[in-house]
Amino acid sequence: MSKKRWLPAAVLAGLVAASPVGAFTLEEYTFDDPARAADFRKLIEELRCLVCQNESLAASQAGLAKDLRDEVYRMLQEGKSREEIVTFLVARYGDFVLFAPPVKPSTYPLWFGPLLIGGVGAFFLARVLLRKKESTEAELSAEERERLQALLAAESGDGKPTQPRHKERA
Amino acid sequence: MSQSVKFLTPLALFLALVVLLFYGLGTDPRKVPSPLIGKPAPEFVLPVLGEPQRTVSNQALLGQVSLVNVWASWCVSCRAEHAELMRLAREEKDIQIFGLNWKDEAPDALRMLRQTGNPYVVSAYDPDNQVGIHFGVYGAPETFVVDQQGIIRHKHIGPIDRRAWEETLRPLVQQIKAES
Repeated sequence: MSKKRWLPAAVLAGLVAASPVGAFTLEEYTFDDPARAADFRKLIEELRCLVCQNESLAASQAGLAKDLRDEVYRMLQEGKSREEIVTFLVARYGDFVLFAPPVKPSTYPLWFGPLLIGGVGAFFLARVLLRKKESTEAELSAEERERLQALLAAESGDGKPTQPRHKERA
Repeated sequence: MSQSVKFLTPLALFLALVVLLFYGLGTDPRKVPSPLIGKPAPEFVLPVLGEPQRTVSNQALLGQVSLVNVWASWCVSCRAEHAELMRLAREEKDIQIFGLNWKDEAPDALRMLRQTGNPYVVSAYDPDNQVGIHFGVYGAPETFVVDQQGIIRHKHIGPIDRRAWEETLRPLVQQIKAES
């Protein structure tokens, strides 16, 4: 009985022991000032690990990400501002180190391209839709109008629908 | 006329998109361009690999064209390019190959050089990525072409093979030498 009661606990302990393989915590980075700690968390979320590319420094387990976390931590402890740290890293690794690329002439297509394409698409869609609406009303010439009147008159005259033209052709 | 323009415009836009996306297929997202091109190599002072009491600094890059090669014994691609570096060290007398031993352990690094040869005039020892960060190193191997004035002219990401040397690096080295 007592052995069986131990079993789940032993399994659980085994799982707990096995699970942290490769896991890491950010607890080693301690700050006296809560504002600095918040800066740190925000910065490492915004900075990209260049090895894994789609992971932030906060999420990545790569060795390089740890080096960069250490560097960000060290610079914050030295009293550097967020801007200084971002400038430091961009100067060495390029804009790619930022998850959100800065808005500047070379990234205008990136930021405004989709808006532009959407706008152009909306313009043409609107034009096509509006033109269709007009065309149903304005396309009959005077001659056609006369024929239409004649057909309608013929239909109401003998009470039977006239044979539609396209059936003759079929 | 206006009809054909009307129908050909979407086709032209579509073809432009195809060309753009096809170009995108050929580019390697792992090759991140370095913002350091055209800037002076970062200043550094590091111990020499294998001679901890001696140091080497960025001054060692002045006076001739250098290939600053970031390497480590744990890096498989570095072993792949090692033979080509050995050949360059042997045959290209007017460049120096400067090693930056990166995030490595000195005994492992020295063993690799003993076993496969040492193409470097000197290797700076940077186990904690103190200098690598300033070069914007994010993997190994990476190779920087630095001119006589210590300006970074090019960054080659990945192993140097015969083709990379012949098509990219050698013409650049010759161009740099022709400038001076």
